[in-house]
Amino acid sequence: MTEPMVEPSEAARRLTVFLVDDHAMFRAGVRAELGAHVEVVGEASSVAEAISRIGAIRPDVVLLDVHMPDGGGRAVLESIRRTHPQVKFLALSVSDAAEDVIGLIRAGARGYVTKTISPDELAAAVRRVADGDAVFSPRLAGFVLDAFASRPDVPVADPELDQLTNREREVLRLLARGYAYKEIAKELFISIKTVETHVSNVLRKLQMSNRYELSRWAADRRLV
Amino acid sequence: MYRPRDHRIVAGVAAGLARHLGLPVLAVRIALVVLLGFNALGLLLYAAYWAVLPQEARGDEEPARRDLSALAPFAAIGLGVVLLQALVFDDQVATTAGWMIAVIAVGTGVIWHQSDPSRREASADYNIASTPWLAAIVSENDRRSFILRFIGGGILVAIGLIGVVAVYAPDNSISAVFNGVIFAFVGLAGVGVVVAPLLWRTFGQLRAEREGRIREQERAELAAMIHDQVLHTLALIQRNSTDIKEVQRLARGQERSLRNWLYKPTASPTERFAAALEQAAAEVEDTYAITVETVVVGDTQCDDRVAALVAAAREALVNAARHAGVQTVSLYAEVEEDELSVFVRDRGAGFELDGVAETRHGVRGSIIGRMQRHGGRAEIRSAPGDGTEVRLMLPVSRESVTTGKEHAR
Repeated sequence: MTEPMVEPSEAARRLTVFLVDDHAMFRAGVRAELGAHVEVVGEASSVAEAISRIGAIRPDVVLLDVHMPDGGGRAVLESIRRTHPQVKFLALSVSDAAEDVIGLIRAGARGYVTKTISPDELAAAVRRVADGDAVFSPRLAGFVLDAFASRPDVPVADPELDQLTNREREVLRLLARGYAYKEIAKELFISIKTVETHVSNVLRKLQMSNRYELSRWAADRRLV
Repeated sequence: MYRPRDHRIVAGVAAGLARHLGLPVLAVRIALVVLLGFNALGLLLYAAYWAVLPQEARGDEEPARRDLSALAPFAAIGLGVVLLQALVFDDQVATTAGWMIAVIAVGTGVIWHQSDPSRREASADYNIASTPWLAAIVSENDRRSFILRFIGGGILVAIGLIGVVAVYAPDNSISAVFNGVIFAFVGLAGVGVVVAPLLWRTFGQLRAEREGRIREQERAELAAMIHDQVLHTLALIQRNSTDIKEVQRLARGQERSLRNWLYKPTASPTERFAAALEQAAAEVEDTYAITVETVVVGDTQCDDRVAALVAAAREALVNAARHAGVQTVSLYAEVEEDELSVFVRDRGAGFELDGVAETRHGVRGSIIGRMQRHGGRAEIRSAPGDGTEVRLMLPVSRESVTTGKEHAR
């Protein structure tokens, strides 16, 4: 699909973003806030509308609400990922319910931020997701730390995936403490690129981990 | 064929029969009373029809009569039996037996009266609150009184049956009384078989009613919460719409309380570490109109030392709220096997720790000193323009409790 000839213009092109949220007011607000940074190419207020329009428009990033009347963000994510794996998803939620957010992350969303996020931070998060990186809010980082804490009652099927390295744990802790990537890099004397790698690895482990209990356990603890 | 709700004396059986047969109601009633003379056949017929005939569907009009008055005819029937026996047979034995049958009639009547489910609805429609003593007797929402009355009716029936058998027995032998007891049980069992489905339905209704009440209570509680908090907050926000800080403070407090209501298990701040920290963060949010982004990993019991850690964290939050000049402060706490740690971080003004006067007690006394007294330690990292982070550490296992060492950079 991509021809080498158009590479330069592709790079200069503005990011395309699609909004899925059942609250029109909220969509309008996000559109206004993000308009300066990215190109909002479409909106949808329901699961069915989102699936058909995202498939047609093929945006770089979809900002996906967790709770919608007719099935929720997870249905959109699962449907689109089958047909258009290159579209990236960022969960944008007001929800405190762990099972929804963790469900979305485990279904393949590249990150999760809350709706109280500032416009600049949201724009940065969208850019990071578009670059293939992962975005963790402090709350999500806290949850992952909790879920991957050494817990004897959780069966560990694949030690490679089901454990975090010390470095990854440190990075998550700093994220949970409110540090930006740049500050984490400075604190740990590593490069920003390395921080990104650690965060992406954690996301991968979260999505591929064999901990079936993870979501249910998180829901019980009301962690997110 | 059905029993009408109005124009009835007992249960509307006579009226229903009369309407179906095209006869005057009075004729049917007289026929039933006459049939009473033949071994109470009228009563049996009446009871059978009552059990079988459905009641007329209720119209819009209010039921016409007080329910309890329907009991009176049973007494009348009983007395009628007594008089009839006395008049017709003029026999001491027969008169006594007549009295016993009268007792049976009244007892059966009580049971039947109580176990007709349609009566429950009817009595619920009445305003019996104006006569509390009546309500205490009639109120069938109370399962205990229902059972009491059922047992009372049953005892009446049993006594009557025993009496009848004893009276007709050739002599007053023990075996006659024994037979009477057996007859009494058979009679009661008969009544029970007929009544059982009605009873079962009645208890089902009681159960459904109680569940409905519980649901209603929950709904009322939610409505009260929304009214007291959400609506009041929205009204305040409308009135203070020009004061952005106040609006933010109100909205934040409301968001927190709604989230707690919806998602959080209720834990006492005096017992659990996480709950105590969240409460401290909430207080600071409300007092200083900032946002505290709280993340707590793990949880533990509160004791004096943990409470001191929470108090130090609260002081750090207050300092950040007062001096940093930012809208958001991060609070992160982690419970590990051997240590509790709390981090309070802001991206605000920052300060030189060495520049803080010795007389200022906020940092030295409330944070560093407090942590040291309880065997923990506090680190403060700050630089002008680069924000501040307060790190609080508290060892929890006994052997790792050592004298804290002050770190200040």
